[in-house]
Amino acid sequence: MSASLATASTVEQALAQLAAGARPVAGGTDLVVGARQGKAPLPERLVAIHRLAELSEIRESSTEVALGALVSHRRCSESGTVRDRLTALADACAIVGSIATRTTGTLGGNLMNASPAMETGGPLLCFGASVTLRSAAGSRSLGIDELLAGPGRTTAASDELLEAVSVPLPPAGTGSCYARLEYRRQMEIAIAGATAVVTLANGEVTDARIAMTALSPAIGRAGEAEAALIGSGGEPDAIRRAAQALAAAASPISDVRASASYRRAMAVVIGRRAIEAALARARGEWVPVPASTALHGGVR
Amino acid sequence: MKVEAILRINGVAVPVEIEPHWSLLRAVRDAVGLTGAKEGCDDSECGACMMLLDGEPVNSCSYLALQAQDREITTVEGLAAPGELSDLQSSFLEHGAVQCGFCTPGMLISATALLRRTQDPSEEEVRIALAGNLCRCTGYGAIVDAVLATAAGRAADSVP
Repeated sequence: MSASLATASTVEQALAQLAAGARPVAGGTDLVVGARQGKAPLPERLVAIHRLAELSEIRESSTEVALGALVSHRRCSESGTVRDRLTALADACAIVGSIATRTTGTLGGNLMNASPAMETGGPLLCFGASVTLRSAAGSRSLGIDELLAGPGRTTAASDELLEAVSVPLPPAGTGSCYARLEYRRQMEIAIAGATAVVTLANGEVTDARIAMTALSPAIGRAGEAEAALIGSGGEPDAIRRAAQALAAAASPISDVRASASYRRAMAVVIGRRAIEAALARARGEWVPVPASTALHGGVR
Repeated sequence: MKVEAILRINGVAVPVEIEPHWSLLRAVRDAVGLTGAKEGCDDSECGACMMLLDGEPVNSCSYLALQAQDREITTVEGLAAPGELSDLQSSFLEHGAVQCGFCTPGMLISATALLRRTQDPSEEEVRIALAGNLCRCTGYGAIVDAVLATAAGRAADSVP
């Protein structure tokens, strides 16, 4: 079979192509690069979905933000609502690759490629986001935890297209942060990353969600770390116990970028930085977006 | 099997015959014959292949050419009229920002996009904008100076 690329003008056309065995391409920043690196050859049959305007929208209501699958990292990180209310997601989108990557790469692609080191997965998981998957047969909604199945694997069927990611807006008093360990400041892949979303009421942590990135086969929450924070006043001792619990829950691998033991050791540091910055934001203190750069040189 | 397509490059609509899986870089270099954009890593790491797509920087080595149809493609050849230099290009020469020259087309493209977005970038903003462009001669200092001087020159020119 010879290679082909069809450009979809409607979602229905894209779904028909997927049902016939085509694979979708949006920005191509993972798919095409992966083929060049020899991870997986470019699928013979491609359907380009980049022109689907209905998948490019950011829809805001009083209760949620719905991000179309084609929303770029750059648009996501520049959205005022995302920066104000879903700050950890803005932190994450603002440090993906380079400006070219952030302009071309999409939120949908980042999720569906399901890298354990993806930046957006931790924040979306902690905010309780859900995705809409659509096929010619109909639509279904899945939580991020139900979508991500392992390294490079999701539970989506091959004829399903990710249409949008719905993110509920957290209650007042919530602050969040995504921080990653990086060897350089741009064009980096997380060596270890952590997301913290905390809600404060009268100085007490009433809710905490903490997730790890590049520390397990799929992005996942660390319940013990969350439990260590909830009910506390966000004191240094509670933060330290939560960060240690995050590291204890990790199951990192050794690869070309870091050893498993180094990743686990750094999980404590990155977890602490993410929690401290999330608490600071919950208290109304200013922490720059993206947080990572500032945290490496600033918050200790 | 090759397919027919029309790519709009530097303001000119160019009919091409390309394979569906060809990158924009390969189409522009091999089918159109514009060789300003370079193939460095072929992996979205080095930025030597950078082009503008509707005014925004893209690693053309990792972007499928057929997805660039009906969009405005700008390569380094399109930054100034033939035989002329843009102020940014002149500034690169004045500051010694060109050593071996292989990264230069990509640097110019990324910096052009930055200066369209931001009239008065800080050094930090320049460095972030050029983070996806590697210079193996490591001549970053002169490159950053050249971009900052261009912005300063435009600001001076715009004073009534």
